[in-house]
Amino acid sequence: MQGKIKPNLPQKQVVLPFKKSVEIAVKSIKSRFFRTLITTMSLILAISFYAYIKVNLDIISSITVSNDKAAIQRLSLQGIEIPGEGRAMELSPQERWILFLSLLVCVVGIVNTQLMAVADRFREIGTMKCLGALDRFILRLFLIEAALQGLIGSALGGAAGALIACLGALVKYGSSIAGLVSLNQILTSVFSAVVLGCLLSIIGVLYPALLAAKMQPVEAMRGRD
Amino acid sequence: MNQPASIVRISGVIKDFTMGKTIVQVLKGIDLEIKAGEYVSIMGPSGSGKTTLFNMIGGLDKPSAGSVFIDEIDISQLDAYELAWLRCRKIGYIFQTFNIIQVMTALENVTLPMVFAGIPDDEARERGMELLDIVGLKKRFLHKPFELSGGQQQRVAIARALANDPAIILADEPTGNLDLATGEEIITLLKMLSRDKEVTIISATHDLKMLNVSDRVIWISDGKIEKIEKREELSISLGQIGDK
Repeated sequence: MQGKIKPNLPQKQVVLPFKKSVEIAVKSIKSRFFRTLITTMSLILAISFYAYIKVNLDIISSITVSNDKAAIQRLSLQGIEIPGEGRAMELSPQERWILFLSLLVCVVGIVNTQLMAVADRFREIGTMKCLGALDRFILRLFLIEAALQGLIGSALGGAAGALIACLGALVKYGSSIAGLVSLNQILTSVFSAVVLGCLLSIIGVLYPALLAAKMQPVEAMRGRD
Repeated sequence: MNQPASIVRISGVIKDFTMGKTIVQVLKGIDLEIKAGEYVSIMGPSGSGKTTLFNMIGGLDKPSAGSVFIDEIDISQLDAYELAWLRCRKIGYIFQTFNIIQVMTALENVTLPMVFAGIPDDEARERGMELLDIVGLKKRFLHKPFELSGGQQQRVAIARALANDPAIILADEPTGNLDLATGEEIITLLKMLSRDKEVTIISATHDLKMLNVSDRVIWISDGKIEKIEKREELSISLGQIGDK
């Protein structure tokens, strides 16, 4: 573009401050509560499953590494194979596989609902672009929304999974195990579940959000779809 | 010459669309000049290239050949950022389907373009209220779109289009989804704005009421300008339009 004279050259770029993006994303989540709930539901379920498995494993390994003979006895009565003395429990290949599948199904579900959401909001996105929004504003809005959904959904799911695992363990192995289990380890597992959930939510929204961001503003001009 | 400067200048614009293997020429060389403060209607049957021309003026589409100048800026020279800036600051859009953003209140809708333009919150809010006052919706600033009637939504859209003091307002069938009386109110409002704020208003329309207030009517047919009528000439030929 060298040498070309552009009178009234646009001096200022368009902006969307981060605070405003979050504000708009929160508004959007609030007013589409039901749709958000459906998107988040698959995440809640998958993450609660993940947290349940992780916390369960934490509890069992804390019991097995302890020297509480009575508790270990109750474990084997439940049909759990105790690894050699002093060694921690690990997930069986089958359990790993099921966990992986459940997370995969969750991501596919998120991609699906987010694609629907984008199709639903085509006009809104086009209008924003007509008002001067850049591709990355749209992308950012969707990513923030997904991150928030991921945070809330996986926090709920993680808490639910951990709670169920703990209650189940108390019922199965007796309340005496409470002293053996390290709270720290459980919290770490829940935390990892929340991080994983946010990641999955963001991975799930990437493709739909890119589609939305690439959309031409002309779409907003078209009549009813 | 004391003529007002031209706000839109189109010279030799050709637009091709590729449909599979064939190339369809939708616009076949259009020359047009629109002056600041004019109220112009673009008329034409569907498939005439009316919408394409309209999008071109709005910076929503680029010509295959020829150039479109908006406020003396050649839009084909602009990158994505500058185009966004142009859409934000120079052009206000009004749609047939209102396109009020559903999750935001009337005031938030009006202030959104100001957010993009980097105007501080307080100033944007104040200006947004002024604009809502102009379109007669000051008391309803907290209402969400679904609490507003079609006519009211279109008023919010008009206030939003005015947010950054644009040079041009582009209205695509602004009365297409409104009943007769409401449509007339919207047309009166647009006319008032073009007079008071000296905004150029360009609309694509089939609405005869719209033609009555237009300074000029541009008839597009088969990718070319068929004729341009001034309002004085128009009132004579209006009868014929009705007869068709």
